[in-house]
Amino acid sequence: MLLIHCPYCNQTLPEAEFTYAGEAHIARPADPSSVSDEEWRDFLFIRTNVKGPHYERWRHFHGCGRYFNAVRDTVSDRFLITYKTDDPRPELSDLLEKSK
Amino acid sequence: MSSFRVSGRGRVDHTQPIQFTFDGKKIKGFKGDTVASALLANGIHLMGRSFKYHRPRGAVTAGSEEPNALVGTRRGPGRFEPNTRATVQEIWDGLQVNSQNRYPSLSFDIGAINDKAYMLFSAGFYYKTFMWPKSFWDKVYEPFIRAAAGLGVSPTEPDPDHYASRYLHTDVLIIGAGPAGLAAALSAARAGSRVTLVDENAEAGGSLLSEPSAQIEDMSAWDWVGKTVAELKELGVKLMTRTTAIGYYHQNMVGLCEKLTDHLASPDGETPRERMWRVRAKQVVLAQGALEKPLVFDGNDRPGVMLAGSAQTYLNRYGVRVGDKAVILTSHDSAWYAAFDLADAGTTIAAIVDTRAEPNADLVAEATKRGIRIMAGHTVTGTEGRLRVKSVRVNPVTGSSVGAPEVIGCDCLLMSGGWTPSLHLFSHTKGTLAWDEERQTFLPDHKAEECEIAGAGRGLWGIEAVLNDGAAMGAAAVKSLGKDIAPASYAVANDRPGTGVSHKELPTDLDAGKARAFVDYQNDVTAKDLRLAVREGMRSIEHVKRYTTNGMATDQGKMSNINGLNIASDALGVPQPKVGLTTFRPPYTPTTFGAFCGYHKGSHFEVTRKTPIDSWAEENGAVYEPVSLWRRAWYFPKDGEDMHAAVDRECRATRASVGIFDASTLGKIEVVGPDAVEFMNRMYTNPWTKLAPGRARYGLLLGDDGFIRDDGVIGRLADDRFHVTTTTGGAARVLNMMEDYFQTEWPDLDVWLTSTTEQWATIALNGPNARKVLEPFVEGQDMSDEAFPHMSVAECRVGGFPARLFRISFTGEVGFEVNVPAHAGRALWEMLWEEGQKYDICTYGTETMHVLRAEKGYIIVGQDTDGTVTPLDAGLSWAIGKKKPDFVGKRGLARPDLVAEGRKQLIGLLTEDGKTKLEEGAQIVLDPNQPKPMKMVGHVTSSYHSDAAGRPIAMALLEDGFNRMGETIYIPMADRVIKAEVTGTVFYDPEGARLKL
Repeated sequence: MLLIHCPYCNQTLPEAEFTYAGEAHIARPADPSSVSDEEWRDFLFIRTNVKGPHYERWRHFHGCGRYFNAVRDTVSDRFLITYKTDDPRPELSDLLEKSK
Repeated sequence: MSSFRVSGRGRVDHTQPIQFTFDGKKIKGFKGDTVASALLANGIHLMGRSFKYHRPRGAVTAGSEEPNALVGTRRGPGRFEPNTRATVQEIWDGLQVNSQNRYPSLSFDIGAINDKAYMLFSAGFYYKTFMWPKSFWDKVYEPFIRAAAGLGVSPTEPDPDHYASRYLHTDVLIIGAGPAGLAAALSAARAGSRVTLVDENAEAGGSLLSEPSAQIEDMSAWDWVGKTVAELKELGVKLMTRTTAIGYYHQNMVGLCEKLTDHLASPDGETPRERMWRVRAKQVVLAQGALEKPLVFDGNDRPGVMLAGSAQTYLNRYGVRVGDKAVILTSHDSAWYAAFDLADAGTTIAAIVDTRAEPNADLVAEATKRGIRIMAGHTVTGTEGRLRVKSVRVNPVTGSSVGAPEVIGCDCLLMSGGWTPSLHLFSHTKGTLAWDEERQTFLPDHKAEECEIAGAGRGLWGIEAVLNDGAAMGAAAVKSLGKDIAPASYAVANDRPGTGVSHKELPTDLDAGKARAFVDYQNDVTAKDLRLAVREGMRSIEHVKRYTTNGMATDQGKMSNINGLNIASDALGVPQPKVGLTTFRPPYTPTTFGAFCGYHKGSHFEVTRKTPIDSWAEENGAVYEPVSLWRRAWYFPKDGEDMHAAVDRECRATRASVGIFDASTLGKIEVVGPDAVEFMNRMYTNPWTKLAPGRARYGLLLGDDGFIRDDGVIGRLADDRFHVTTTTGGAARVLNMMEDYFQTEWPDLDVWLTSTTEQWATIALNGPNARKVLEPFVEGQDMSDEAFPHMSVAECRVGGFPARLFRISFTGEVGFEVNVPAHAGRALWEMLWEEGQKYDICTYGTETMHVLRAEKGYIIVGQDTDGTVTPLDAGLSWAIGKKKPDFVGKRGLARPDLVAEGRKQLIGLLTEDGKTKLEEGAQIVLDPNQPKPMKMVGHVTSSYHSDAAGRPIAMALLEDGFNRMGETIYIPMADRVIKAEVTGTVFYDPEGARLKL
């Protein structure tokens, strides 16, 4: 069982308190009616599905209830960082440098 | 006691005799014996039959890696366990042990015919031999294979034992309490860390228990173990024996299975049989030692053929000589010491056969001193003996040529192919391994977790080396916790260091193709099978493993992996590190389902949610159905009624007068705040701005893909407050979705979302007399049609309780839903029930609720929709606020496929004969005479007998259904084709006249 750091509670807690919520940084278009079918398709369905560091969302479901973002390596299951929803997307190169 | 027990020897208690049975025969042993050691003490080597060939087998090891000696153990009704390793099970008075996979008896087994037919059962035999004809698979081949092959039989009775689970946090978890683990624990504990030390055996000591002559710090090895354990306890170390580390998971979580009662003659009944520990350790020290490898030669599986180190363990730990006359076959120095110990205890050593041309001179001198014949540079090419080895065929090897054989009589053959570091747990963490050319084995390389590997687990050999390494690794582990300690330095006298070489199958002068040289004993995989797999095109070691099943048995390749790798590498002509190793998977040793289940069984397996009115339903004879985690009253049969009769009566009574229904399971979400209406506008398809406080509306929730997710009636209580209801199963999902949009897409909105499902009990009253039953209890709300019309909501008091009262209908009758605080639910229900007696009130369950709503064409999300249905498909386009700039799903509804022609649409179906009830899920075709496979154009989603319509009714999703009104479609069933007419979905009161008071 993974231990996950909730950036809102500022605590590292067992995975059982959290639920996974898909890829992060996929913003819903501000005016959906103005986007093309292709753009809407990409928003709904197209995901990066990376092998390696993956920007993704989690929810501290059985805790504070907040959604937050994380970068997790899909090969090792290791979290490189978790951060609040409105924090900027961290640069991967910085994260990899830090995790060395 | 038989002559195989050495008086006074070993750690068993010679003053405490114990009697158990093996296949009904009484066997005597001592306290501290395992089943295997007690049987060996009685001269019994034959303990089981092999999986595929039913070959006679005996214990080949003395530990948990045992592949052969699998037995069934029984302790009264329900307490039967198959495939117990006889080498691990401790004996107690009255234990019943039975051999497995044999008929009629262990010594005469009809299934052994398989052994003569071994050519049929080579690698991949089931892919080849049993291919044709296809129809034979179910009826002939599979039953035959299942009957012929196998291990023990599954228990048939429920397990009366209970199992526990616990969490543990510790600074340092040390796995293995042999010399390395004990030394590591001393370092870590002396440095002041919290230390947990676990070992799968009944006592700490590991290999030291088999080496009593070693002197550590001027103490005998056993005294040192005793002193060390005492000191560790003094230092507060948690020492857990009979505890197996079964898996090593992320972030230093280790699963431990602690066996608590299997070794006791009379458990107290309170103690759980096993306890699963989930340990989170800051540091882990893996001190699991090494496992001895067998050698691969014809007949290496005969009872009496055993690992030399295990024979040494039986002698030194259990006081049992495994035979009177032994031949030693080895490629490693360690087996020489086993020979010396046995010789000193009275066993004749007929010969030490060493595959190496020039064994260590000191060992040769020691052997010569004891008068033991040494056959260096020799190989073994076969064994004889039906149920026990009686002779060994030994040949000299010069270069690649194998000389003439000599047959040497014996009653046991003790082999050693060297030692494999036990790296199973390390591999669970995805730690990488590196091939060590000198030791011909894999050693730990890159670590993926916070752990150290100590002792023989990283290829070290000899007690002194291992102790010092353990001390150093214990110190290393606590150093990262900020604690410095100089590791103790140990001096060991009478140490037994050594080296060896590694082999593929041993050379032979006979036809290697006919050799029964086993690599994986438990799965009956031979060297020939591995070579065949490579010849037949398997290149990856993972493919070879699956084709031959090598390493796939319950021992998870503990004995077979390196031998298998050596042979595959030779057959492929590729060096071992390039071939690689197959993956070790948890659990380390077979673990009971009970240990994994822990407390989660019976009524604790899953929560059963009950409404505040559930107890009344139970007292009044409800039949229940599960709806997500809830149990809901399904129907209320009266004397002798079946479901059909009960539901018809409930439907009739509700439409005729009044029915009462427990709707408490409905999901409820309170949406509150200055931006509540904006939030609702964005979430739900419907427009909410103009919905006045005190009014309610049917709400439809889509995903952004445009498909229906949920629905429910939503009441506006105030400008800034909505009472949202959801489907019973969808409550948590809907709130999660709301939170997702609220938190991540619209954080600017000022709104709060709260689940109130369990705060309210909800009672639905439906029928022409519903208002009459309710009205006497209502305070603070005019119940007239004018003041409180259909689709109204009010906060008032009902029965003296604060209430939220809705006038809504899911039946087509005049209907009310009263929400009162959960604690008041049953009290109000009983008041209404009492009052309702004047009107022949009828309680109804979910089945009647389903029929009544279907008669009106009201959908159930998840039954009439399946995640691919749009509001237009379901005939709900009226629920869409078309003028709203956006809502979840608006853009989705404009996707090309969702506006295309020919979508499946929800329609009604009436069977032509007026009697046949369709089957839910049945497929629909337009032409029943077309060739198969027919083109299916839809399926039945809901189907009931309707009392009101006097006939069966159904709803279905049908391609282009709205344009097929009045057409006939066909539902092909196994025995006939049913004709039905396409209709609208409202089967009763289409004008809605009955909703009015």
